[in-house]
Amino acid sequence: MPANSAGLVAKTFAVYAKDIRIEFRNRYATSVVLMFAVTTLAMISFSVGQASLDPQLLAALFWIALFFSAMAGLSAVFVREEESGTALTLRLKADPTAVFLGKLLFNFTLLALVTIVLTPLFFVMTDASTGQIWAFILVLLLGVIGLCSATTLIGAIIARAAFRGALFSVLSFPILIILLLMLVTATTRALAEQPIGEMLMELQGLVAYAVVMLTGSLLLFRFVWRE
Amino acid sequence: MWWQWVLFLAMGAMIVASFLTPAPQQQIGESSRIFYYHIPQAWLAVVAFATSMIYSIRYLRTRQLHLDDRGAIANALGLLFAILATVTGAIFAKVTWGTYWNWDPRQTSIFVLLLIYGAYFSLRGAVADEERRAAMSAVYSIFAFPPAVFLIFVFPRLTPSLHPSDTVLDENLKFSMTTDVASILFGSLVLFTVLYIWIFNLAARVYKLEAVRREDE
Repeated sequence: MPANSAGLVAKTFAVYAKDIRIEFRNRYATSVVLMFAVTTLAMISFSVGQASLDPQLLAALFWIALFFSAMAGLSAVFVREEESGTALTLRLKADPTAVFLGKLLFNFTLLALVTIVLTPLFFVMTDASTGQIWAFILVLLLGVIGLCSATTLIGAIIARAAFRGALFSVLSFPILIILLLMLVTATTRALAEQPIGEMLMELQGLVAYAVVMLTGSLLLFRFVWRE
Repeated sequence: MWWQWVLFLAMGAMIVASFLTPAPQQQIGESSRIFYYHIPQAWLAVVAFATSMIYSIRYLRTRQLHLDDRGAIANALGLLFAILATVTGAIFAKVTWGTYWNWDPRQTSIFVLLLIYGAYFSLRGAVADEERRAAMSAVYSIFAFPPAVFLIFVFPRLTPSLHPSDTVLDENLKFSMTTDVASILFGSLVLFTVLYIWIFNLAARVYKLEAVRREDE
């Protein structure tokens, strides 16, 4: 890596700030993902009706809603560069690692925003008990980090391919299934008010997943980006 | 071409032996013979996916398109053997557990593997430019490998499973392989691996000839 670490942080934030500014101009990704999340949630709540659900089913529905919302918008940050023809300039000007980290931060911000909107709505609509609230928030945070770390590289790949929208889910879901399983188990335990020690294995698994996927992405991104 | 004849005769002998010796697992009976075929298939799927990952890394280092071809061939063969292992596994599940499919951890993990490597070929179909396709699919093949390894080796051991590697082969059930069973299984593993290498090399030659023909046109 040619840049020193202080330079990398500054460059990362430059890319991040640029993406945030572009997003604020038309709010395309935010509005699509938010509307997608709310629509999915409404569909779930509507089709479940008045039936009371056990924690496992609630956890599964919650994460499926969030995963599909992520699929709707997390590739936008790369696809936009290709569609507006700005990718080439960014490729010439910026360090690939800084580009990746900037985009990753952007995706994290986007998904965190969606989660913050979706979660209270979810509890209101399904009338679930919040259970272990801090454990639940910790699982949410790890889940959002895991989702972003696995899908940002896939977003970069599909931006260079045809059939982008469908391909993004096809490529991402098989990789995310492990994450989904761990998240559903951990969330079930949190909602069922089991002590946090019970979900230690899932929490370790979630951290390990994010670390592996981030390392892989950082190693591989320049091959996608420079191609 | 002598070794193909050796392979032919040895595979014939292995197949005959797998049906004429006593069934490997007496409690399950005759149907447990499928295990001489199911285990090599699962093993070769793993070998093929690992081969593909190695060729993908080599492609990204050297940018030689024939390495990408080999990565794709290995993944195609891996997918083929994974499908065979899924089918033989489902048949065995029907006989011993009573249903073809019950989302046992092993079945879940092989199903997700099929999804991962099916997605690999969707990606190849969606990129028209040859070099870009090679780079993108190589990256995906490497990126998907750690989750695949987790699914194959870790996940089935974290959750209780009915798969024979956890139940039948368990020492508590007092099933240990006799010398006959072990030697047929070992022979089957070796012979299927040789067969895999042969198919792999043949397919690599076909790709090479096609590349030469494209250059001539």
